[in-house]
Amino acid sequence: MLKVQENMIVEFSAPLLERFAEVVARYPEGRHKSALLPILHLVQAEYGWLSVDAMDKVAAYLGIQPIEVYEVATFYTMFFLQPKGKYVLEVCRTGPCCLVGAERIMKHIETRLGVKEGEVTADGMFSWRGVECIAACGFGPVLQIGPEYTFYENLTENSVDKLIEELRHKAETN
Amino acid sequence: MARKLLLNHVDVPGINGFDVYRQYGGYRAVEKALRTMSPDDVVEEVKKSGLRGRGGAGFPTGMKWGFLAKPEGVPRYLVCNGDESEPGTFKDRYLMTKIPHALVEGMIVSSYALGANTSYIYIRGEMMPQIRIVERAIAEAKAAGFLGKNILGTGYDLEIYVQPGGGAYICGEETALLESLEGKRGNPRIKPPFPAVAGLYGCPTVVNNVESIAATVPIINEGGEEYAKIGIERSTGTKLISASGNIVRPGVYEIELGLPVEEFIYSDEYCGGIANGKRLKAVVAGGSSVPILPANLALKTAKGDARLMTYESLADGGFVTGTAMGSGGFIAFDEDQCIVRNTLNFTRFYHHESCGQCSPCREGTGWMEKVLHKIEYGHGDLSDIDLLWDIQRKIDGNTICPLGDASAWPVASAIRHFRDEFEWHIFHPEEAQTRNYGLAHYADPLIMAE
Repeated sequence: MLKVQENMIVEFSAPLLERFAEVVARYPEGRHKSALLPILHLVQAEYGWLSVDAMDKVAAYLGIQPIEVYEVATFYTMFFLQPKGKYVLEVCRTGPCCLVGAERIMKHIETRLGVKEGEVTADGMFSWRGVECIAACGFGPVLQIGPEYTFYENLTENSVDKLIEELRHKAETN
Repeated sequence: MARKLLLNHVDVPGINGFDVYRQYGGYRAVEKALRTMSPDDVVEEVKKSGLRGRGGAGFPTGMKWGFLAKPEGVPRYLVCNGDESEPGTFKDRYLMTKIPHALVEGMIVSSYALGANTSYIYIRGEMMPQIRIVERAIAEAKAAGFLGKNILGTGYDLEIYVQPGGGAYICGEETALLESLEGKRGNPRIKPPFPAVAGLYGCPTVVNNVESIAATVPIINEGGEEYAKIGIERSTGTKLISASGNIVRPGVYEIELGLPVEEFIYSDEYCGGIANGKRLKAVVAGGSSVPILPANLALKTAKGDARLMTYESLADGGFVTGTAMGSGGFIAFDEDQCIVRNTLNFTRFYHHESCGQCSPCREGTGWMEKVLHKIEYGHGDLSDIDLLWDIQRKIDGNTICPLGDASAWPVASAIRHFRDEFEWHIFHPEEAQTRNYGLAHYADPLIMAE
């Protein structure tokens, strides 16, 4: 279900459009719809989430119907359809990580940030959520942070606290 | 020391770059294949090697290649499946991070064998760092003349592109992956037609796992027969095993197929035993989808033979007392782990990842999750165990793709081998909230056989 809470009007910059074109060139003629997922990743990396307007403009760029973009954006879990915190802490919550304490880590993050899964902190800095297996089972508990999906492995309560402090510091000094 | 074919140079500094990889014998397989072998020779060599798909299904790779249709004037595609999402499996991420050129070299050799001039490596979107690493390796290989037009002056053209996924377990299923690569939702296709006839853009396509493609490099370098000398029976060569859970040394290990499970768990060369001096309770040997086994059946077959890390030995006893090699995602559970809780966790995973096309899977996974939740949180009835059994039986085999089966097997095997633990949750709902069941007096595995 596409729940629209807010929209954001976007205008793709020239460098971004250049990267779209690079992606489209990877596929045979007439198969440019294949570029949809890579382009949505580029748009999300640029704006933090996919607004309806952004999706409509991607549809226009690729010459496909908006519904073709919506159905893809809602299917894949990596795409955010509403604004998120600047940093989204995505903790693996699947079996192997839970054997080594992922549930404890999620509870700790919830307490530390003071927001429930999926919510944004008041300063707009952080969100967190549990995600399914991210293929790092030997190094659990793990979390990842987009858009580059940097990995933080073998988490403890202390290392999570340190990470949150570092990110806060990074955001303030930027 | 066991022989290593994929990870032999993994610790060499700079092996992730072209120059060092080349120094250590990299791209010899490309030179050999393109200069001295016909595409059919390469296919033949892979057939001789006995290599079986390393993604989970274990289908012979050479035979899969042999099925590829070759109509005149229609392009053929090789698509590499790097969507690694099976819980417990992280070998492809490791391989792509450490030795990306092994994948690129394997892609060139395999594409040549199949007559593909454009190939795609589909990597799950969360592996953005690996996507960058592999893209860099492709650029390096191209700069060195191993990709592009007229490779090594042989007249063979090839371009390889990386395609990011969007975070969907189902896209590890090959036809869902192709849908996703075409820019659509990852809904598996009805087969036939198989991808070998109508795959990407309706053209003949082979989809192979990252590790399978990388394995073609040593096969070409050393010859299929040499490769087939490693291993036992129809389990030839080496396999990457992702070891996780309550073990001393989790990580990715390359084993010669045929290694005893017991040695893998307890030897210092591999897992190093169970962490914190605990005892082993259960093993999931091939990723979350394969049946879970209690410790005794993981180490020995029902006949009392040592259980080996081979496709055949792990499957010994069928699903009644055996399991499967799957993707090689080896998860060890210590005595403190709760089987009901873990089954609930896995079932929630399958419910979350079901694409929703087939009702048995879409509805059944959610239903099983609810029933398991009820039992785990102390509200279960004895009849719920039978209900779970009934639901999983009705999902198994009744869906377009194997995700349905994969959701049914963990539930079936957990009940089959650990029924007493489920019953304990039901009879002692309050106690079950405060402590775990511990090591079980395992239920007789034969009683629950269908």
